[in-house]
Amino acid sequence: MSDYKTISATQIADDVREGRGSAVDFTSKALKLAATEGRELNAFITLCEEKALRQAAAIDQMSPELRAKLPLAGVPIALKDNISYTDYPMTCGSHILDGYIPPFDATVVTRLIEAGAVIIGKTNMDEFAMGSSNENSYFGPVKNPVDRSRAPGGSSGGSAAVVAQGIVPLSLGSETGGSVRQPAAFCGLFGLKPTYGAVSRFGLTAFASSTDQISPFARSAEDLALLYRVVAGWDENDSTSVAYDHPDYASVLELDRKLKIGLPKEYFAEGIDADVAATIDRARQALESAGHTISDVSLPLTNKAIPTYYVIASAEASANLARFDGVRYGLRESNDRSLEAMYSDTRESGFGPEVKRRIMLGTYALSSGYYDAYYNKASQVRELMRQEFEQSFKSVDLLLSPTSPTPAFKLGEKIDDPLAMYLSDVYTAPASLAGVPAISIPYGESSDGLPIGVQCIAASFGESLLFQIANHLVPRA
Amino acid sequence: MAVFDGFEPVIGLEVHAQLQTDSKIFCGCRVQYGAEPNSLTCPVCLGLPGALPVLNQRAVEYALRVILAVGGTVRQRSVFARKNYFYPDLPKGYQISQFDKPIGEGGGISFTLEDGSEKTVGLIRIHLEEDAGKSLHPESGEPYTQVDLNRCGTPLIEIVSQPDIHAPEEAYAYLVKLKQLLQYLEVCTGDMEKGHLRCDANVSVRPQGASELGTRTELKNLNSFKHVEKALRFEIERQVGLLTSGSVVEQATLLWNEKTGAAEMMRTKEESHDYRYFPEPDLVNLVVDDAWINDITGAMPELPDRKAARFISEYGIREYDAGVLTDSRPLADYFEAVMAGFDDGQAAANWISTELLASVKESESDIADYPVRPPMIADLLKRIKSGEISGKIAKEVFAEMAATGKEPAAIIKEKGLVQISDESQLEPIIDSILNAHPDNVEKYKSGKTKVFGFFVGQVMKETRGQANPKVVNDLLKRKLDG
Repeated sequence: MSDYKTISATQIADDVREGRGSAVDFTSKALKLAATEGRELNAFITLCEEKALRQAAAIDQMSPELRAKLPLAGVPIALKDNISYTDYPMTCGSHILDGYIPPFDATVVTRLIEAGAVIIGKTNMDEFAMGSSNENSYFGPVKNPVDRSRAPGGSSGGSAAVVAQGIVPLSLGSETGGSVRQPAAFCGLFGLKPTYGAVSRFGLTAFASSTDQISPFARSAEDLALLYRVVAGWDENDSTSVAYDHPDYASVLELDRKLKIGLPKEYFAEGIDADVAATIDRARQALESAGHTISDVSLPLTNKAIPTYYVIASAEASANLARFDGVRYGLRESNDRSLEAMYSDTRESGFGPEVKRRIMLGTYALSSGYYDAYYNKASQVRELMRQEFEQSFKSVDLLLSPTSPTPAFKLGEKIDDPLAMYLSDVYTAPASLAGVPAISIPYGESSDGLPIGVQCIAASFGESLLFQIANHLVPRA
Repeated sequence: MAVFDGFEPVIGLEVHAQLQTDSKIFCGCRVQYGAEPNSLTCPVCLGLPGALPVLNQRAVEYALRVILAVGGTVRQRSVFARKNYFYPDLPKGYQISQFDKPIGEGGGISFTLEDGSEKTVGLIRIHLEEDAGKSLHPESGEPYTQVDLNRCGTPLIEIVSQPDIHAPEEAYAYLVKLKQLLQYLEVCTGDMEKGHLRCDANVSVRPQGASELGTRTELKNLNSFKHVEKALRFEIERQVGLLTSGSVVEQATLLWNEKTGAAEMMRTKEESHDYRYFPEPDLVNLVVDDAWINDITGAMPELPDRKAARFISEYGIREYDAGVLTDSRPLADYFEAVMAGFDDGQAAANWISTELLASVKESESDIADYPVRPPMIADLLKRIKSGEISGKIAKEVFAEMAATGKEPAAIIKEKGLVQISDESQLEPIIDSILNAHPDNVEKYKSGKTKVFGFFVGQVMKETRGQANPKVVNDLLKRKLDG
C-alpha cells in the first residue's frame, strides 16, 4: 500500500498495459484508501465503487492489443463533484441538488473512460466552486493532508486532498479564478489551469462560464501532462471549445532552450508571506543559474483583477444558478404555498451564505442602472488585462509569480472575512480573466513545513512550456 | 388614418415567429407540435447543470432569409444575450436571446389596404432567440401547474416594427402580409392558432396632429388574426376613454382575454421586470460573412409578386387570378401541382379560385392538408375538357371527392355520371319532349325563341344532367329550326 500511495499514474498505466499489474488491484487499493483516509479528510462526497470495479475488470479482461492503446489504463482518478457522471449523485457541494443524478456524462468523463481511467469517486468542494478553502461545502470542510488543521485550499479542495494523500495519483478539479492552482499550492501538488477553451466544459456545472475550465491535479509534471492530453481537445458540444492540435505533452517534457522569464512586480506587493517571497527568490536563482534570463515586468492592471473577477464571475453565476429553482430536480421547499414561496424557500434553504452573497452581488452588478458601472466596466478592464498579458508575452516566454500570497491557512481562519478570502485569488484571477494557461508548481516549504507553490503563466496554448518548466524546476525523482 | 374621438393611435407590433427547422435552436431535439408532453427534451433544453447550447445553423439561415427579404441589414457579428427571469417553463432561469446586437436591423413590410392605398411599416430589428416551454394551468382551478418543455428551445425570430401603424386594420394587414412572407420564405407556417406566430402590441394614443407620443401599454396574447384587430380596438378605446374623461394612461402590460373580449391588467410599471441582459458566455459571437449572405440571397425562394408574374406568363392566366392564387404559398403550390398534370391554366385557375377555395373554406380546413389533392383536381379538369363530364356534373363529382377523398374516375363510374354525347341516345329523348309540349314548339316557331331554354332544361332533367349541353343545343336547333 505504501508503494501505491506514491506510484505515478504513468507507472500504473504502464503496468496495466503490460499486464504486470491489474486495474482491479489498483482500483481496490484506491477505494479502500478512499473509504478510510479519504473519509478522515472528508475529501469525498460520493464513492463510485460498483462502476469503478466494473470498469477496472473490463480493462483487465481486455485483449492486450486494445489495452495497449489506453493512455490511462487502470489509473484510479477522482472527479470534483461538479462534473456530471451518470448513475451517481452530483451535489456541487450544495444542499440544493439533493437527489440529483445526472443523466449524461461530461465530455471529460467520456474521454477518461475511453482512455482507460477508473473513476473512483466524486470529491468535496466549496459549494458551486465558490470559495478558496473548501469550507463553503454543505458537506463540511476538507482537511489538508499535510496539516489536518489547515484548509486544503479551494474550491477544488477534495480533488487536491485525495491526490496529496496518495488515494489516487490523478484528479480533476475545476478553475474559475484559481480553484485548482491555489489548492495545488496548499497541498504540494502540480495543478494546471488550461487555456480557456482547451478543455470542454460540457458536463461541468457552470459557475462563471467565461472563465470556467476543468483542470487537472497530479504529483508530477509528467502525470499532469498525461492527464491533460487525455481531457483536452475540441468538443462539438461546447461552442467555446477550441480546435487545437495538442501534442503528446508527456513525451516532450524536456526543456531544450533558454527562456526569457518575467517577474511581474505587481505580484510582489504588500500582503505576501515572507516564506513565499523567499521561495520565489530561490526559484528565480535556480532558473538563472540554469541559464534562463529573468527580468522584471509590469502588469499595471493586476490590482484591478480581484474586483473585476468578482463582478464578472458573480454576474455570470447569478444567471447560471437561476436554474436551481426547485421546479425540475433537487431540493423543493414550500411546495404547498405559492410559486413565489417555493422559489424563495427552496433557494433560501438550498444555498449556503457564500453562494447567496455572490448571487446578490452578481444580480446587483447586472441591474438596470448599475450595469454600466459594474458589469460593463469590469468587461472593459478584463479586455485590457487580456491585452496586457498578450503584450507581455511579446517580450517574455513565461511569467513567474507566487500561486498564493500565503501557504495553507488554518481552517476557520478566514471564513468570517470574505474579503480576506477573496484576496487569496489575487495571483490566480488575472490569468483566469485573460484566458491564458497557468500552472502551480510545488517548490519547497515554509518554515513550518507547509508546501509553497510557484506559478508560471504562459501565452494561450503554451501548456507544453508550462509542463516543461515544471519538470525543469522539479525533476522527476 | 383612423381617428378615435380626435385621437390617433400609434401602434408597434412585436411578432414572434417559430422557425420550422427540424431541430431546436441549441440542441438536437426535434421540433414538433402536439407530441407527448416532455418527450422532445434533452439535458440542453431541460437546462440540466453542465449542459451547453450549440447554435443551429439552419435557424440562422432562416433568420437571414427574412432579414434579406424585408430589405433589412444583416449584422455581421451579432451577440446572444441572456434575458433573466424566473418562470417554471423557463428551465435555465434565463432565455437565450439577442439584445443590443441583433442579427438584423431595418427593412420594412409593404402592403395594400382595403381602400387600395399602399403602406409600408418600417422594422426596427429582427433577432434570434429560443422559445420557452408551456405552462398548463388546469381549468378546474386546482392549485398546480403542469409544465411541458417540448416547445422549449424552438427557434424563434422576433420581428419588431416601428410604431408606424395607426389603425387596427393596418395592424391586421401588416400581419397578413408578414405571414404571407414567412410562408413564402419557407421559414414559418404562420399558424397563429398553433402559436407558430404570436403577436404583442405596443399601443398609445395622442391627440390628432400631435407629434409627441402618449404613454404606451403593452398588449400581450394576441394569438389569432381575428383577435388582433379586436384587442387593439379595445385598448385604443380604453386609452381614449381614460384621456377624454380627464384621467391618464398608466404604463402597463395587459393581457388580452379572448373569452371576455377584454384586456386585463398584468403588471404596472412598478412591477416591470429587470431582465438584466448580458452577453451569453456559453456562445461565441455569431459571425455572418459576405459569402453566407450571398448564398442565402442566391437561394431565396420566389416571393409573391414574382411568382404572380411568372404564373401569368407561364400559364397564361389573368392578372387577377394570379393575385388570388399567390395570396398564400400553400395555394400557389397547390395550383402549380395541378398544372403538373393539366395544361389549361385559366381553367385550372377558375376551378381552384372558386370551387376549391369555397369548399376548403366551408370545411374549415387548410389547403395544405385538404383531402382533395392536386393530381385529383388535374384529373377532374381533364375529364371536363375532354367532354367526358359536364361542368355541372364535375361539381357533383367534386363534392363527392371532397366528402370521401375518392378519385374522380371511381365516383363517375359508381354514380354513372358519364356525359351523354351520343346523338342516337339523345334524339329519342328530345323527340318525346317535343311531342309532349306542342304548345311550346308552336311558341318557338312563332318567334318566341326564349322557350329554347325550357327544352334544354327538360332534356337535362330527363338525363339527370348528364346530357352534353352542346350536343343537346345542336340537336334541338336542328329539329326546331329545320
